[in-house]
Amino acid sequence: MNDRSKEYSARDLSGQPEMDYPDYGSTIHRHPSHNLIVLPQSMADVTSPVFGQLDLGVNESDLIINFASSGASAIGERILVHGRALDEAGRPVANALIEVWQANAGGRYRHKNDAYLAPLDDNFGGCGRCVTNDDGYYHFRTIKPGPYPWPNGGNDWRPAHIHFSIFGSGFAQRLITQMYFEGGPHIAICPIVQTIKDPRAIDQLVARLDMANSIPMDLRAYRFDLVLRGPKSTLFENKLEGN
Amino acid sequence: MDPLDTRRNRPADTNTKMPLRETASQTAGPYVHIGCLPNMAGVESVFVDDLTCNVTLDADQIITLSGRVFDGDGEVCKDVMLEFWQADASGDYEHGIWHRAGTDLGTGEYSIDTILPSATSDLDGQKLAPFINVWVVARGINLGLLTRIYFYENDALNAADPHLALVPNKRKQTLYATQMDPPNTYRFDVRLQGVNETVFFQI
Repeated sequence: MNDRSKEYSARDLSGQPEMDYPDYGSTIHRHPSHNLIVLPQSMADVTSPVFGQLDLGVNESDLIINFASSGASAIGERILVHGRALDEAGRPVANALIEVWQANAGGRYRHKNDAYLAPLDDNFGGCGRCVTNDDGYYHFRTIKPGPYPWPNGGNDWRPAHIHFSIFGSGFAQRLITQMYFEGGPHIAICPIVQTIKDPRAIDQLVARLDMANSIPMDLRAYRFDLVLRGPKSTLFENKLEGN
Repeated sequence: MDPLDTRRNRPADTNTKMPLRETASQTAGPYVHIGCLPNMAGVESVFVDDLTCNVTLDADQIITLSGRVFDGDGEVCKDVMLEFWQADASGDYEHGIWHRAGTDLGTGEYSIDTILPSATSDLDGQKLAPFINVWVVARGINLGLLTRIYFYENDALNAADPHLALVPNKRKQTLYATQMDPPNTYRFDVRLQGVNETVFFQI
């Protein structure tokens, strides 16, 4: 039952955001002032709840219609967001629950605390979920969310983005992040994006326009792959093979 | 067949260099409830039920665990999602118990009904005192924070625990749930920063 082969490689913090980043005002009073205490991994970290058998409704991954009245659809640019969930060793993360949430085409969330001027869309709820297949593949159909201003002390606008939550096969792989769109003009000037110091790590959050998988006269596709922490042992073996 | 299924299994055109690098985390933002607990947030009809637990628990063993999350100014955070992962009653994670709770948008209170965790072990088989893994995400938290809940009742196991031994003595109390009245109710508050700041772990 106890097995070091399940251990994950140490988290590469150089590709992760800083916890204390005053330009993103909310971090000022919400980041720990003490260093994190490093613990060895235990069974609690290399195991996870599995939701592959979850009985999802047929339209849960289709945000264009999953909140809409019968026969209606959400307002906005129709898109397909798709890709694969892999671990750092390149292995598919199968049966992984992915949850997404986003603003509507005008940049407004269906949340009681969002009072932005842009109106709600009666046919758009803004959430969806799906489970990856054996190849780690997932897809959502949705509308492209709008950028929106947010109270951060100045004139800050969030780039168009979709929030992603994903479960791996270990609790240590649990991840929440945001997907941005290729070419988004606010990416480079958004304090939340810029909590990440490494431009390559930011680039990995930017979905690519994928015309090859677009559907003519219907929707455009964006490709977004997710990478979760990988096993220590397999990474080591791969490096040997690569050399 | 879903026409989109034909699009599956196309090779990825990014992330081809091995080893890959873990995707960067970003804050869950102020509206995490509509994504992970939409019914709680008033977005009804998309999911039949919010996903809040992965198992059905034995009613006579239930404990209620509740609390609040505070920022460095002592303000109650009301836009937080917490997830809890613990072994089953026999100390096994194969049928582990998972809970998700959102803080109440009005009061900031979270609450789950679970059972007391059992002793487990590390990857070398060394015995660990019973604990619940807790993962905290919210606006202003860029990388989900991991902490643990321990229980004072297990004092002998706690005293011998190799992980608790790595925590400075004066900060250990931040990791313990407080037993209330009735005795099957416990409080566990999270302090993100400042006085009595909760101990957070890097695994």
